[in-house]
Amino acid sequence: MLARIRAFFAAAGVMEVETPILSHAGATDPALASLSLSGGLSGDGSNADRRLFLQTSPEFPMKRLLASGSGPVYQICKVFRGAERGRRHHPEFSLLEWYRPGFDDGQLMDEVADLVRAALQRPRLPMERIRYRDLFREVLDLDPFTSPVRTLRAAAITAGIPDADRLDLERDAWLDLLLTQCLEPRLGRSGMSFLCDYPPSQAALARIRPAAEPLDDQAVAERFELYIDGVELANGFHELTDATEQGTRFARDCAERRRLGLAEIPPDTRLLAALRAGMPASSGVALGLDRLLMIATGATHIDQVLAFPVERA
Amino acid sequence: MAFYSTSEFKGGLKIMLDGDPYNIVENEFVKPGKGQAFNRVRVRNLKTGRTVEKTFKSGDTVEAADVHDTDMQYLYNDGEEWHFMDPASFEQMTADANAVGDAAKWIKEEDICRVTLWNGVPLIVEAPNFVVLAITETDPGLKGDTSGGGGKPATLETGAVVRVPLFVQSGELVKVDTRTGEYVSRAKEA
Repeated sequence: MLARIRAFFAAAGVMEVETPILSHAGATDPALASLSLSGGLSGDGSNADRRLFLQTSPEFPMKRLLASGSGPVYQICKVFRGAERGRRHHPEFSLLEWYRPGFDDGQLMDEVADLVRAALQRPRLPMERIRYRDLFREVLDLDPFTSPVRTLRAAAITAGIPDADRLDLERDAWLDLLLTQCLEPRLGRSGMSFLCDYPPSQAALARIRPAAEPLDDQAVAERFELYIDGVELANGFHELTDATEQGTRFARDCAERRRLGLAEIPPDTRLLAALRAGMPASSGVALGLDRLLMIATGATHIDQVLAFPVERA
Repeated sequence: MAFYSTSEFKGGLKIMLDGDPYNIVENEFVKPGKGQAFNRVRVRNLKTGRTVEKTFKSGDTVEAADVHDTDMQYLYNDGEEWHFMDPASFEQMTADANAVGDAAKWIKEEDICRVTLWNGVPLIVEAPNFVVLAITETDPGLKGDTSGGGGKPATLETGAVVRVPLFVQSGELVKVDTRTGEYVSRAKEA
């Protein structure tokens, strides 16, 4: 499968790169837990006391490459996320991440579909796009952009999600609960489903497309996720390139981490410097290779596609 | 008081919910690409045996239940309660009918039982998977029938009634699977 992926990018003229797995900055996203190493960097006194983070994705260094004029790049690497373990989660996993200067999120979705067809050797696997808002409207009969928390809670109770009557969640967490429990299982049942145009509050590192009447009366985040057989496989953005906005999101993440009592993570100031210097308009996507292998082999647990799961590593 | 975070959840973990001790049967971690993670958990109430589903926000904590299993020797029944002894420390404990439940009809003096303790008090008593008991009463059955087809009811020394093959007679020892309540074989000795 890796050979087919590399052949796909060679033919597409996308360069394979490697960036550091250990970094001085971590992921500030409150939903991600960065693992870190401290001390132990012997041999150079200047690094001895530094804390280094294992990457949760190679996004920031790859964007620095884009800003320095690399052109389209891809990387296959190991990434690490603490507190994630389950049937589809393993704290160390393999990510395929790539960036396309000049692409918007729609063009990148098409390329992701082609890559998956090549990797799975299923050239006719169909794809569909579903807007986040339309999915919630069709299945749950509610507007995820405007419905108040009490409507979201009521939908969760109606859907029979245990404890929905007493869970104390914020608005986006209610949307996440409904998405994972009621909607994801329906996605990608007959091919690839791209869920797109997320609420701006779930933009992460995506651009916001302003409201444009009459089609879009709400601003949306230019973010997409790919699902096959109800499994989330990839997350992509029409990338944010505005250094000021990126700085604001970092600051908001850090404030949110403090509010939630999470570990403080130093934001990547080198990324901000690169964005200030200028990163070309690009779209980028990260695709979980272990999950792709699960789909290729029909595995039901991620451990089935790992040589040695973390408990036996 | 001990607490568990959802990241420690796994099958077999004992937790407190609404004042009752529960055993985690199954734990499923679900997380959207970016955003809030949840644990969907199936738990069994150790007092009632009922299984229910729960949803936790990942990172939440729940109180640990002081529940553990230990092997104890059954001593005697005083008419109301069942008396057990820890074979290592010789400490004695009593279990009520609620805790003993179905095990009551299988166990006899000196049997080693798995006892689940909650805050040091017996919560569940499990009979050994197999017990050997004497038949106190059964119809004579047909001479020469060794096939075991059909069968007949037999009352055992503990009062339990099981179906046994026709050739098995009063006074004989039989091996019984307590999980299904079925006759397994004749036995020579306990």
